[in-house]
Amino acid sequence: MTKRTIKLMEVCGTHTMAIARSGIKKVLPKEIELISGPGCPVCVTSQKDIDRAVIVAGLDDVIMTTFGDMMRVPGTTGSLEEAKTKGADVRIVYSCLDALEISENNPDKKVVFMGVGFETTSPTIAAAVIEAKKRKIKNFYVLSNFKLVFPALDIIAGSSKVKVDGFICPGHVSVITGSIPYERIAERFGKPCVIMGFEDADIVKGIKRLVEQIKNGESKVEIEYTRAVNKKGNVTANKVLNEVFEGTNANWRGLGEIKKSGLKFRKEYVAFDAEKKFKVKVPDNSLPKGCVCGEVLQGIKFPADCKLFGKKCTPMTPVGPCMVSSEGTCAAYYKYGE
Amino acid sequence: MSKDKRVKLAHGNGGRLMHELIEVFRSKFSNKILDEMTDAAEFSVDKGNLAFSTDTFVVKPLFFPGGDIGELAVYGTVNDISMKGAKPLYISLALILEEGIEFSILERIASSIKRASRKAGVKIVTGDIKVVEKGAADGIFINTAGVGVIGNGRYSTGSKARKGDVIVINGGVAEHGMAILNAREGFGFESDIKSDCCNLNLQIERCLKVSKNISVLRDPTRGGLATTLNEIAQTSNLGIEIYEKDVPVKRNVKKFCDVLGFDPLYVANEGKFICFVGEKDASKVKKAIGPSARIIGRVTPRHKKEVHLVTQIGSSRILPMLEADQLPRIC
Repeated sequence: MTKRTIKLMEVCGTHTMAIARSGIKKVLPKEIELISGPGCPVCVTSQKDIDRAVIVAGLDDVIMTTFGDMMRVPGTTGSLEEAKTKGADVRIVYSCLDALEISENNPDKKVVFMGVGFETTSPTIAAAVIEAKKRKIKNFYVLSNFKLVFPALDIIAGSSKVKVDGFICPGHVSVITGSIPYERIAERFGKPCVIMGFEDADIVKGIKRLVEQIKNGESKVEIEYTRAVNKKGNVTANKVLNEVFEGTNANWRGLGEIKKSGLKFRKEYVAFDAEKKFKVKVPDNSLPKGCVCGEVLQGIKFPADCKLFGKKCTPMTPVGPCMVSSEGTCAAYYKYGE
Repeated sequence: MSKDKRVKLAHGNGGRLMHELIEVFRSKFSNKILDEMTDAAEFSVDKGNLAFSTDTFVVKPLFFPGGDIGELAVYGTVNDISMKGAKPLYISLALILEEGIEFSILERIASSIKRASRKAGVKIVTGDIKVVEKGAADGIFINTAGVGVIGNGRYSTGSKARKGDVIVINGGVAEHGMAILNAREGFGFESDIKSDCCNLNLQIERCLKVSKNISVLRDPTRGGLATTLNEIAQTSNLGIEIYEKDVPVKRNVKKFCDVLGFDPLYVANEGKFICFVGEKDASKVKKAIGPSARIIGRVTPRHKKEVHLVTQIGSSRILPMLEADQLPRIC
């Protein structure tokens, strides 16, 4: 093995957690450095999008529904959890279809789903929207804060701030997207990409393949997670996604605005767009002082480089989103004592 | 009794209606001490110290795969007393009922309490019922308190582990928490995950019989195994090492945890206990518990006040206390 340090980025938050949980870093040769990337959907949601959700949740006759991870993410004026304690009707759902059911059961309320997630999650929301249209449900809306992985990967692969030698590519996202979109990253930036599953053996095997490619001066896309991922991805899911949404520019925490990295409603489905329905004014606010979540998300800094980490910022009193989400890098480092 | 008969506020105001409500329970638990129907129960116990504990039950849903609030209320207190090394004898039962709850539900719960108390060998000797207006409670809340005796050759177990102690668990973790979650959230998972809710006093009895070398007995309920181990490491001022591959988790429970992003080591149990025992008695204790028992770790003078997990791949990491609720992941 080469003696220079090899920097591998795990793009996905689930990989960050799996790596921390299994203690893989401790058993790797010290020349291999694993850094976490932008793959936690909660963490990359911009402050403004969280603020908007909190404001909408506080409106009369609104029931805000969200995945559990979003509850404690602090916006400028508090989190959805705090909005709930002040009387807002905020409910945790496990599927967007649950939000649809709440809409049907509460015809006199406006039910909003706080939509965050990558390509893994967004097709299921699109399916719920199609279902809502079919069932003629008029009181169901989605805040579309969805993100697409590849535009962000482009930025990181081409970044001069952090030199990544190879990518540990997300298993779940790739089930939907297939492996083809990675080919551009491998070719254009010369970065090896290996799509891995989430078991310890998957990750160790995948890292070995990345190191071998680097050693041989190659940059290919390989699928380690063959039991779930193929080249083409899930054609049906992509069709559903494209039926409801189209690409738009999106604001990422830490990375700023990235072209065509978000999703907006196509005009046939615009009646479900919560942002259009509730035209609330969301002030531009600065990020919490001292929080370096933005740099952590790009792999420029480690959680321990943040002055707030483990002191002012803990899972119980999170300052930045990377500490809130169960898949956030700071939460993983805090929990597993790295 | 008509099928949809419900509790009214008046059932809590003394008088005939109150007696009708009390009878639902008293008739099932009838014993000499309870039947006196005085304000306090009177009983004598063997020589020795008493263990006294109380617990309140607000579980939702009231009935779940593997148990219900009634059984849980009996076993919760019985198990807390047992963890002290005591033999549980008598328990009290206090109910807060929400106006409108059906008598048929109360009948079912009363029957479960009867069954559970028989299984655990305890008597219900005193009780109380209050009815609150609709919306002020969620169906039924139950408090139980109980006493047990530490005497006749028994000894009290403590909260302090000793260097070199081996840790034995009586079976798979995370069953109660995942069964409740599945029942409550209506995931529609076709799952045969059942709560492990049961009385532990008989298993404890067998352990204490085969070994005089048990230092700690604890039931890892809320916060799960990881949280309880951390509490013990802290009170003992020693380190604990757990082997991930040896911690039993049923396959279906593990899969369900994986899907939701839960760590089974932090999920609640209601029928599990861990026993810290001197190394030479460990296999005796394991045998006394039964085939589901496993040795999962040991106490070490290293990394004081911390629990470390030796992972499946042979690496190790810290196993911290539960910080906040485990929330389901989103991708």
